Amino acid sequence: MAARVLLPHMSRASGVRVAGVGLTPFGAHAGRTGRDLFAEAALAALDDAGVAAGDVEGLDYGNFMGALAERQGHQAPLVAEAAGLRCPATRYEEACASAGVAVRAAVQTIRAGEADVLVAGGMERMTNLPTPEVTEALAVAADELFEVRAGVTFPGAYALMARAYFEAYGGSREDLAHVAVKNHANALDNEYAQYQREITVEQALDSPTVASPLSLYDACPITDGASAVVLVSEAYADDNDLDAPVAVTGTGQGADRMALQDRAQLARTPAADRAAEAAYADAGVGPADVGVAEVHDCFTVAEVFALESLGLYEPGEAVGAARRGETTRDGAVPVNLSGGLKAKGHPVGATGGSQIAELTRLLRGDHPNSDAASDATVGVTHNAGGTVASAVVHVLEVVE
Amino acid sequence: MSGSGGGADGGGGGPPRATGYDEWVEALAAGQGFYLACSNGHGSLPPRRVCPDCESRDLSEEPLPEAGEVVTFSELHVAAPAFADETPYVTAIADFGPVRLTGVVRGVDADAVDVGLAVGATATDPREGTDGGSRRRVVFDPR
Ligand SMILES: [Zn+2]
Repeated sequence: MAARVLLPHMSRASGVRVAGVGLTPFGAHAGRTGRDLFAEAALAALDDAGVAAGDVEGLDYGNFMGALAERQGHQAPLVAEAAGLRCPATRYEEACASAGVAVRAAVQTIRAGEADVLVAGGMERMTNLPTPEVTEALAVAADELFEVRAGVTFPGAYALMARAYFEAYGGSREDLAHVAVKNHANALDNEYAQYQREITVEQALDSPTVASPLSLYDACPITDGASAVVLVSEAYADDNDLDAPVAVTGTGQGADRMALQDRAQLARTPAADRAAEAAYADAGVGPADVGVAEVHDCFTVAEVFALESLGLYEPGEAVGAARRGETTRDGAVPVNLSGGLKAKGHPVGATGGSQIAELTRLLRGDHPNSDAASDATVGVTHNAGGTVASAVVHVLEVVE
Repeated sequence: MSGSGGGADGGGGGPPRATGYDEWVEALAAGQGFYLACSNGHGSLPPRRVCPDCESRDLSEEPLPEAGEVVTFSELHVAAPAFADETPYVTAIADFGPVRLTGVVRGVDADAVDVGLAVGATATDPREGTDGGSRRRVVFDPR
């Protein structure tokens, strides 16, 4: 792919600050409702921000499969009520990128001058369903007619992409195993992570095949959880003397043909290329400025696609990045210091918001792994929907 | 939304109708497979009102080429309920020239499937006659 042309825009976007972040622990929350999970995250975010619920002017909320998992539609006003928010509330659904696009909507609304204080985030409840039903529910993010009816599952779709990548560029299951090992190691000290335990390359390689060439340890777990961030205008932050050193300075979104069979190629994710180009241009930064990244590793190979779309690696180069130690906590650009979807967990409709929450803490210095990102002033999040028929990228910068 | 699942006893009588797709998959099963060609030569599959590549609304049905070539595949060991009786099975994407199709590869060991394998496409219903709805799916036979 040709080198990116990054326009040296003025940064329009230093105007949106991350005032506070909140998460539930990710994992199995047997019996707990989605509304209660989101309320926990939202109240934590408001407390972290020091912002009163009465100041919140809107909720942008991500959820993917609530109608299947809880038989609950129309979730946004429900979870707003549970969080004590009496403001307009809207649900965004973009499969696993639902909360990412919710955050983007909030950023755009504040930039447009339509609001000064918004809560964004998401929730997913998944472990209450048996695995075959979760598999079926996740497959709803693929093309029902041309993919699901032909036996494609979510792991199956990424397996089709992984084989295409190996065919185009090389790489091996062992390379991917190093991604899993890295992300598990990163999650060790993250109290919000589902798996706070290390794994070895051998364990990953020996785990049962889910969809060849991917095995169980290439896949993120099934997870319950919620995320919330309080986004405010710079003026509100100043007027209220908030401690909000991290700004969202870039946002970008991209789309692609829905079904893999209709994509021009399968070894790249052009929707994320476009999202990254737009977000970098928006922030007036480039890949060389990025010091830390939280990316959408629903499968190990998805981290590879993400790093190449973000311009951190040339096509075909990212598959060996974890094995070479370049994306580990001691590497040049640590990736998924939270543990990523792989080890932190992936409550799909909450993940995009949790990436903003984790990256904000990494940059402001209060994350257990902040020491590994102490030189970073620019970070990116990459959140993908389905097999990257949609993608959203955000640039976060330390501005104070 | 959950039309592919629920199993034979789901009570819904099969997946919801999908006019355009249903006729396309029936034609494929009858050996009359086709694709849609726009005036600029782009291929797509129904239902379509507009070419997704060039916005042309001038779409015509053209015969699907008889042979395709596997471009990627996976052997699935964990399936959704609708495929639970069939695991492991191999799903592939095959290139037929103007269009690519996704289907289940049958009639060959998983070990014998590889990128480049020549296949033909048809459609079968694994639950033929068990209820009123069609569950025809695209399948690939090595040729
Ligand atoms: Zn066309």
